[in-house]
Amino acid sequence: MLEWFSFLETFKTGSGLWNPLVWGVAAVITFLIIYIIRGQGKKDYKRDTEQTKVFLSGNPEFDDKEKMHVKGSNVYWGFMETLQGVYKTLSDMHTGVVSDYVLWFMIVLGLFLIVLVGVF
Amino acid sequence: MFFDNLPALAVAVPLFGAFLTPLVSKIGDRARNVFVILVMGLTTTVVFLLVNDVFTNGIQTYVFGGSYQPGETVIRIFFEVDGLSAFMAIIAVVLPLVAVIYSWGFMKKETGLDKYYTLILLMTTGMIGLVLTGDMFNFFVFLEITSISSAALVAFWVNKGKAVDAGFKYIVISSIGALFVLFAIALLYGQYDALNMAVLANSIQYTFLDKMALVLLLVALAMKAGIVPMHMWLPDAYGCAPSSVTLVLIGATQASLYGVFRVVFTLYGRELTTAVNQVSLNVLLSVFIVALALATIVVGVLMALKQSNLKRMIAFAAVAEIGYMILAVGAALSTITVDSNTGVTMLTESGEMALKGGLFHIINDALDIGLLFLVAGAIYYATRETSVNKLGGLARNMKYTTVFFLIGLLAVSGMPPMNGFASKLLIYESTYQINPILAVIAILCSILLLAVFVKVFHSVFLGPKLSVFKDTKEVPKSMLLAMGIIAIVIVFFGIFPELVVNNIVQPAADALTDMLKNGLYVKAVLGVI
Repeated sequence: MLEWFSFLETFKTGSGLWNPLVWGVAAVITFLIIYIIRGQGKKDYKRDTEQTKVFLSGNPEFDDKEKMHVKGSNVYWGFMETLQGVYKTLSDMHTGVVSDYVLWFMIVLGLFLIVLVGVF
Repeated sequence: MFFDNLPALAVAVPLFGAFLTPLVSKIGDRARNVFVILVMGLTTTVVFLLVNDVFTNGIQTYVFGGSYQPGETVIRIFFEVDGLSAFMAIIAVVLPLVAVIYSWGFMKKETGLDKYYTLILLMTTGMIGLVLTGDMFNFFVFLEITSISSAALVAFWVNKGKAVDAGFKYIVISSIGALFVLFAIALLYGQYDALNMAVLANSIQYTFLDKMALVLLLVALAMKAGIVPMHMWLPDAYGCAPSSVTLVLIGATQASLYGVFRVVFTLYGRELTTAVNQVSLNVLLSVFIVALALATIVVGVLMALKQSNLKRMIAFAAVAEIGYMILAVGAALSTITVDSNTGVTMLTESGEMALKGGLFHIINDALDIGLLFLVAGAIYYATRETSVNKLGGLARNMKYTTVFFLIGLLAVSGMPPMNGFASKLLIYESTYQINPILAVIAILCSILLLAVFVKVFHSVFLGPKLSVFKDTKEVPKSMLLAMGIIAIVIVFFGIFPELVVNNIVQPAADALTDMLKNGLYVKAVLGVI
């Protein structure tokens, strides 16, 4: 039967640790700090004025809000472009042909057999 | 009577439930759904009672067949349930239970649901049998039951060509894998005239044929577990199957991973420190496993980043997560040593930590990736769309689903206070002690994984409300309940990791290390014989 205090035991990973109680207190303090900082906000804030408009790095805001949405494939475009070579190799591997899947299995099997059975 | 037969009931209840489902379906859809949930509920109860028994009283053995008489040939099969089997049985039973609750709403408009639920229950039978059995041939049979029912479920949406194609690929890969497993079993049986895992573990001499069998078993099960470069079937199968099925498929994949654990630590446990050409087997296996793990993590994450189909993206993330589990196992294997004073084979402290991290991550991965797949299913149910390029602004219409996705996102990326943080922390720290580069790669890939799902969160849930989805509504309550159950467990495991590690993970890790130290798994069966 579990005792109530077993819920509060500290999880240790050698140099790291995690305690639910410490975490809970830290979370409450963090939210309090956020709340206090938020309370210090600008007093001259006015709703539905220029102040509330989204900053779009100087780009104009379209009337049609749908056009403002960034589609999934456009996110990390630069990262993908930089790693184009890697992605070409990976895409070439993933042919979608089942006989290629079996070929990869045979390659790994062969490699294991050569090293584990043949050499050692 | 009931409590004496728990291992048999854990398999028998879902099996009989599966064959009764088509009959109950004749009464009506509601009766069938209630019946299947009751069967899964009963199976879960039986498995949890068994798990409690194992964690309290140690290894449980169960014999099917006649009692042994000296000089007589007796045909019988052993179920042997140790901490690791019990740990895996929890996953094998909880995922299908959540899946059938989710299916009530998710599959409501589909036809052929009598077959669907029958296959889900058969798959559950296969998974539970796979992790409970102590017999190699039985292991193969349950592997086949799981594979065949999984393939049929992957292709359940037969009106979609891609699903049939994915189902075909799955059955080809599964059959080839199973064939090699059978071949390996035949090699062992031919030499030792035994199929019982404990007897085999006690007999294996690490001969040429034993080495062959080890390689065949390892590579075939690694393919079934979706390890790079043999992972390519996984995004196809996970991506095309209904989300409820994908949730159960995660359990099936992990059952294969369990097979790898069982083969390495139990079957060949005694031979792990055998040195050939001055290199011991554990070091050799560790090098291979760590290399495959790193490839699995890196390829999984990079491919996930490239995908525009939400389910394929999560599937590649699942591949990466499998990499973390085997990285931990590889790291643990490298630390196995023989104590010069006592002659006992044991793991170092960092090795034990790695093993705990890897095992903890198995259950966490099942929950995290499972939740993300259920959310993907909910999005598909509400919008009939899976492309992240076409979705947007769904947080305005699907508030609960958005919260569940956020929980899944944080958990799978290893962010506190979710469960993934605790297990990944164990893996990072233990692998760092073995080689810092391993930990660095693992952490970098976790950050990339966070980037993958932040992209999904931004493009699918945030942004302006799109006109095509203006009438989109939140999914039915049964789907929300299923996602909610997993989300609550994720947060609970994340906030109280020590409780989970002490009560569920540690017995599983002990089962593996006990086999190395004193061969408890073998003694439990030989004691019965």
